[in-house]
Amino acid sequence: MSGADPTRLYRTVRLIRRFEERAIGLVRSGHIVGGIHPYLGQEGVAAGVCAALRPGDVVAGTHRGHGHVLAKGADPARMMAELCGRVTGLNRGRGGSMHAADFAVGVLGANAIVGAGGAIVTGAVWARRRRGEDLVGVSFLGDGAVNEGMLLEAFNLAALWRVPVLFVCENNGYATTMPVADAVAGSIPARAEAFGIRASTVDGQDPAAVHAGTAAALARMRSDGAPEFLEARTFRFDVHHTFEHAVRLDYRSPAEVTRGRSRDPVRIAGSRLSAAERAAVDADVEAVLETAVAQALAAAEPDPATALEYLYASGLTARTGGG
Amino acid sequence: MPRLSYRKALNRALADELARDEEVFLLGEDIRVAASAVTAGLLKRFGPERVRDTPLSEQAFTSFATGAALVGARPVVEFQIPALLFLVFEQIVNHAHKFPLMTGGQCAVPVTYLVPGSGSRTGWAGQHSDHPYSLFAHAGVTTVVPATPADAYGLLVSAIRCDDPVVVFAPAAAMELRAEVGDPVPVPLGRGRVHRTGDDVTVVAVGHLVHDALAVADELAGEVSVEVFDPRTLYPFDWDGLLGSVARTGRLVVVDDSNRSCGIAGEVIATVVEQVRLQALPRRVTRPDGAVLPFAPALDRAVQPGRELLRQAITHVSKDG
Ligand SMILES: Cc1ncc(C[n+]2csc(CCOP(=O)(O)OP(=O)(O)O)c2C)c(N)n1
Ligand SMILES: [Mg+2]
Repeated sequence: MSGADPTRLYRTVRLIRRFEERAIGLVRSGHIVGGIHPYLGQEGVAAGVCAALRPGDVVAGTHRGHGHVLAKGADPARMMAELCGRVTGLNRGRGGSMHAADFAVGVLGANAIVGAGGAIVTGAVWARRRRGEDLVGVSFLGDGAVNEGMLLEAFNLAALWRVPVLFVCENNGYATTMPVADAVAGSIPARAEAFGIRASTVDGQDPAAVHAGTAAALARMRSDGAPEFLEARTFRFDVHHTFEHAVRLDYRSPAEVTRGRSRDPVRIAGSRLSAAERAAVDADVEAVLETAVAQALAAAEPDPATALEYLYASGLTARTGGG
Repeated sequence: MPRLSYRKALNRALADELARDEEVFLLGEDIRVAASAVTAGLLKRFGPERVRDTPLSEQAFTSFATGAALVGARPVVEFQIPALLFLVFEQIVNHAHKFPLMTGGQCAVPVTYLVPGSGSRTGWAGQHSDHPYSLFAHAGVTTVVPATPADAYGLLVSAIRCDDPVVVFAPAAAMELRAEVGDPVPVPLGRGRVHRTGDDVTVVAVGHLVHDALAVADELAGEVSVEVFDPRTLYPFDWDGLLGSVARTGRLVVVDDSNRSCGIAGEVIATVVEQVRLQALPRRVTRPDGAVLPFAPALDRAVQPGRELLRQAITHVSKDG
């Protein structure tokens, strides 16, 4: 098993970090409406997992999904345009932060419903393998999702029908304000083990460790077709959602936040590069995001007359709501 | 002409589509042994990969179908009980239905949800007797309720070929019907059918109630000339077909096995009166508000829209105005 290219891992975590910081700026300036669930602090998980995937593999993300979409290879400019609700966005401005999808690179979509992605990606991987295609899938999920019945049903289907899906639980310690200790009876990996699914835990703050854990799981999955579960222990550096920038919710002590932020995936990945290599990546990322923001803000907003476009793939047209 | 039962028509539609398109596969509970009979013989012919028995995990297998459809498969999901649709309403309405728009047209979700035996199944009581087609019409999910064996075949075939999710309700009260059907053919979605022409009143009847409407129309033949319009698809509704009928008759009665509030009958009446000046106030015969079907057969019948109430409504409307 070859290790991941440190430059690539650093570039991905740095891209996600700076993308989120720019996006938060655009939330503050009113260009992104509805806010976002920032991925800050968890960049190492998406970066490490996706670095172990092949282009034909598929992923399903979560409400905190920007990192998954970017790490799987979506164009940051089209992603930023999507957040800004522009016609040039990945979803032509119809999805926004919580539904960003890019089928061309195997992103079946972020999903705003906690625990919903697991069954969807299981069905997608099964259907493509039935055609003889060789692929695996990843279902990203939060620690909150492990208490959703539908996800546990999906574990059962994936295990029973031997569908190679890697369920990646990003355990950041909280579901909004609910601590894992108050929400999860038993343990998170034991949820999967109960279905005979192999489970492992990695340090989610270190993208190389996430990559190694993922690569080992994928190697087993590609050889025997069984699903796996990977718990990535991580920490959300910022708010659950940007609404919290205005409304302070009291659930994490400053000391806990300081401790959590002390293990920064960007710094950890960066420490494996020389200062010059790091500076080159940083400059490149800044240029990419500068262009992304400029293009997003320059792009057209969708015409209200097209609000119902894409509602039906069959071409059916819906009645409008007017009198 | 050969006689075809409604149940066999569904079976034949599934078999024909499985044979025609490799991407079609079936998911459901006890479908290998065909507990509902609509999948009879299919396991043997198409194998367990395409006739897949599921554990009792409705939410996951419904979204599994969504995922398969997102990458080009055409799953048909059978539900043993109409109330199971309540369990998966979120998976159908919030995911399968919303994906095409939310992704800006990047995907299609061609899944068919089949309920063989919807509505009252006399004696199965409160939790097995729902008829929630209006919920799906409200959500904008294509919804069909075939009344006859030919339409059961033709609409199920069209549902499977449709690029959007489609819910197919096969009313329990229609499942044992037989009719002479030559070579069954696909029936277009969104197109109603006039089963009986008449001049005085248009009766819109949904699913198995088409047969009650035809019987009542026959009984009243000397007094009132009744046109029976079967929408077949409730969403998208064949408004042009219905408006054409009502424009001629000027009178409207709707018989609908939904609960009264927000049932499809209310939508039919509202749409018609927005566009046609009727000669009499329209009427609807439905389940009561908030209906729960009680167990005892007489009670079960008492909350379903029946022929007597329909007769009264037609008579009333034809004398009014
Ligand atoms: C089924 C469902 N319940 C509740 C919500 C509201 N909600 C959105 S995110 C969230 C917390 C999710 O926590 P977790 O899965 O740990 O992910 P994290 O936010 O920590 O990344 C909740 C409760 C939802 N979107 N979906
Ligand atoms: Mg969490």
